[in-house]
Amino acid sequence: MLEHLELFFKSIFIDNMVFAVFLGMCSYLAVSKKVSTAVGLGAAVIFVLGVTVPLNWLLDKYLLQDGALVWLGPEYADYDLGFLSFILFIATIATMVQLVEIVVEKFSPSLYNSLGIFLPLIAVNCAILGGSLFMQTREIPNLGLALNYGVSSGIGWFLAILAIAAIREKIRYSNVPAPLRGLGITFIITGLMGIGFQSFGGMLTGDNEPPEPTETTTAKTEEIKEKKEIKKEIDDEERTISYNEVINK
Amino acid sequence: MALLSKKDANLILDPLADNNPITIQVLGICSALAITAELKASVVMALSVLFVLGVGNVVISLLRNVIPSKIRIIVQLVVVATLVIIVDQVLKAFAYELSKTLSVFVGLIITNCIIMGRFEAFALGNGPWKSFLDGIGNALGYGVILVIIGFFRELLGSGTLFGIPVLGDPVTKTGLYSIGYENNGFMIIPPAALIVVGIVIWVQRSRNRTLIEEA
Repeated sequence: MLEHLELFFKSIFIDNMVFAVFLGMCSYLAVSKKVSTAVGLGAAVIFVLGVTVPLNWLLDKYLLQDGALVWLGPEYADYDLGFLSFILFIATIATMVQLVEIVVEKFSPSLYNSLGIFLPLIAVNCAILGGSLFMQTREIPNLGLALNYGVSSGIGWFLAILAIAAIREKIRYSNVPAPLRGLGITFIITGLMGIGFQSFGGMLTGDNEPPEPTETTTAKTEEIKEKKEIKKEIDDEERTISYNEVINK
Repeated sequence: MALLSKKDANLILDPLADNNPITIQVLGICSALAITAELKASVVMALSVLFVLGVGNVVISLLRNVIPSKIRIIVQLVVVATLVIIVDQVLKAFAYELSKTLSVFVGLIITNCIIMGRFEAFALGNGPWKSFLDGIGNALGYGVILVIIGFFRELLGSGTLFGIPVLGDPVTKTGLYSIGYENNGFMIIPPAALIVVGIVIWVQRSRNRTLIEEA
């Protein structure tokens, strides 16, 4: 249980998909002009990550790892198909996305309308493939944790795109220097947010050293409080979405 | 450039500046940010993308009349994934240390939007030779930005270029360090890359006002 909790917070805050490893930046920048569309894409990312990471974990465990084919018989123990992982992972993702799109379109036109247009975008979102590849390199030990990892990194991504979309909606009223308008300022804001997220780095370092209060903490408390509020909103949002999905199934 | 007509030359030159894939088309940002803390990794990444995009564009362009449009995304992904596996295996064989540094980001070339973007926008509608030039041009445009970011981040962050100290030794206080210069550790952490890209965009758009976005 504790390891689940730890992985959950670690993937949301410390290894945040956007701020720590820069995954899914393309759609992060392209679809963050409005909060409502950002929410749609974020939800789709959570869902697809939650489906593909466990699937790819199974593929990795029973097909790709060194000696993974041993369940076929002892003579297969020497095979290492690791080099195929890119192509298999991306094929899984593309197929899953297509499948999810067809199923959603068939059974819930309303969900399809709100979420469907983002699904094709997702097949080439690096956050999805990155989730699977990081799952492989970090050697996530079991299926439950893989599911947890997929969903929580999705939530981390959702959090990031929601925050930047809200800021971009407000920044329209500010007087940004003309050459910096649009893309430039978005990059710089993301950088500043990333620095804020770096402060989560010490959250799970263990009990060796007590966290040192720094001068910047007070300045960041407000920011963090704000983020927590956003997070709360997201949680609510997410709950309704997953609820919808359950119903549709 | 005598080999190329003016139009063909533009295919290569445009993406280097006014139609740059990173700063103007906003494609392929992820890898540009994640691996640019060192110049060496940036150069290798740029070369890998050059290979994948150049060859991939030609392959897709040759196949463009055969691929059914409904499944073209999957076909494109398979082509890219195959090329990326080649790059990955070559790196693992000849530059193992470097492939560890790049870790999953070699694999992420598959989902680098530049590649899919150029396939969709160019290779599906043009002949192999033009597609090849377009691929090379865009990969070079991507590489230029990567090298610029990598240069500044490594120089200011660690005081080295390609791992060779250029500003003196920070421990024994020689060179610039003897007059009190310090490395800026901020440049090494990931968010600094975003800010450097922001500044590159700022500089580029100040020089060429036609690129400024409407508010």
